[in-house]
Amino acid sequence: MGLLAFFRRTPATASVAKERLRIIVAQERSARGGPDYLPLLRRELFEVIRKYVNVDPDAIQVNLEREEGQEVLELSVTLPEKKTA
Amino acid sequence: MTEIIVVTSGKGGVGKTTTSASIASGLARRGKKVAVIDFDIGLRNLDLIMGCERRVVYDFVNVIQGESTLKQALIKDKRIESLYVLAASQTRDKDALTQEGVRRVLDDLSADGFDYILCDSPAGIEKGAHLAMYFADRAVVVVNPEVSSVRDSDRILGLLASKTSRAEKDESKVKEHLLLTRYSPKRVAAGEMMSVDDVKEILGIEVIGVIPESPDVLAASNAGTPVILNAESDVSRAYEDAVSRLLGETLPLRFLEEPKKGFFSRLFGG
Repeated sequence: MGLLAFFRRTPATASVAKERLRIIVAQERSARGGPDYLPLLRRELFEVIRKYVNVDPDAIQVNLEREEGQEVLELSVTLPEKKTA
Repeated sequence: MTEIIVVTSGKGGVGKTTTSASIASGLARRGKKVAVIDFDIGLRNLDLIMGCERRVVYDFVNVIQGESTLKQALIKDKRIESLYVLAASQTRDKDALTQEGVRRVLDDLSADGFDYILCDSPAGIEKGAHLAMYFADRAVVVVNPEVSSVRDSDRILGLLASKTSRAEKDESKVKEHLLLTRYSPKRVAAGEMMSVDDVKEILGIEVIGVIPESPDVLAASNAGTPVILNAESDVSRAYEDAVSRLLGETLPLRFLEEPKKGFFSRLFGG
């Protein structure tokens, strides 16, 4: 590494890449085992909710969990904080 | 016993064809009888990398559709005795490949005494990619240390675990190997590129090889010689190591650190 390059260090973007991948890969893997309709269900729910409340796509979590022989579809919507007018 | 190995990645341009050509050549040079098949229907390229583009008379689709025999379509490599290439068709008909047709060709190659069949997958997750992996016993997943390539590879790992003959028949799963290409130790050291360990940790599969970034790859494709045959190149050594590991040897990974520059190359900018 030359002297100039030493002083002109770029921030370590590799660790950012790794962290982003860790999250998205985990998320995509958890969706993978589930039924094919989950992404569509999530999208349609999002559209319905959007009619009433303006939420971000990532504020809606749709998870299918298996516990003790039964499947539980868990829907969680984080509503935006009320703005004081 | 024939072993079917798919070389796949999801993302395009990461080095699937380069890898297929080099691994096939490496295996054949060690005395194995090897066929390498281009599954990229419509966009034939393996023939160019193997340097046999002017000898393609019949292709994979011709064989499947009964317009030629397998024997007529297999192109015998001019450098390595036991190496054969089956070129992709240039037809635009996406349905030219059928699962039944692919099965028949693979069965015929097995009956013909081939030790290894390498299936060079097209990019994407469409039909060609699906059929390339469907009958595989093992998979070499080619990855660049870059976000979109890693994510696509994880998608491919999901398909290998669910949409293959082994998965559907509940047989032992397709054995997955990770092959990193275009690896730049210098950039890894500078924190600009994810390391082998980073990628391995994210994808959770064993690493079969790390191929350093090198101008030798382009030079080899320009010449139509699989890069593994360039004995002077670190890329060749790295592919040879990967072939050894495929054959069950345990070797430490090489070329993970930047080569130390000598006094003269530093002086003259080598």
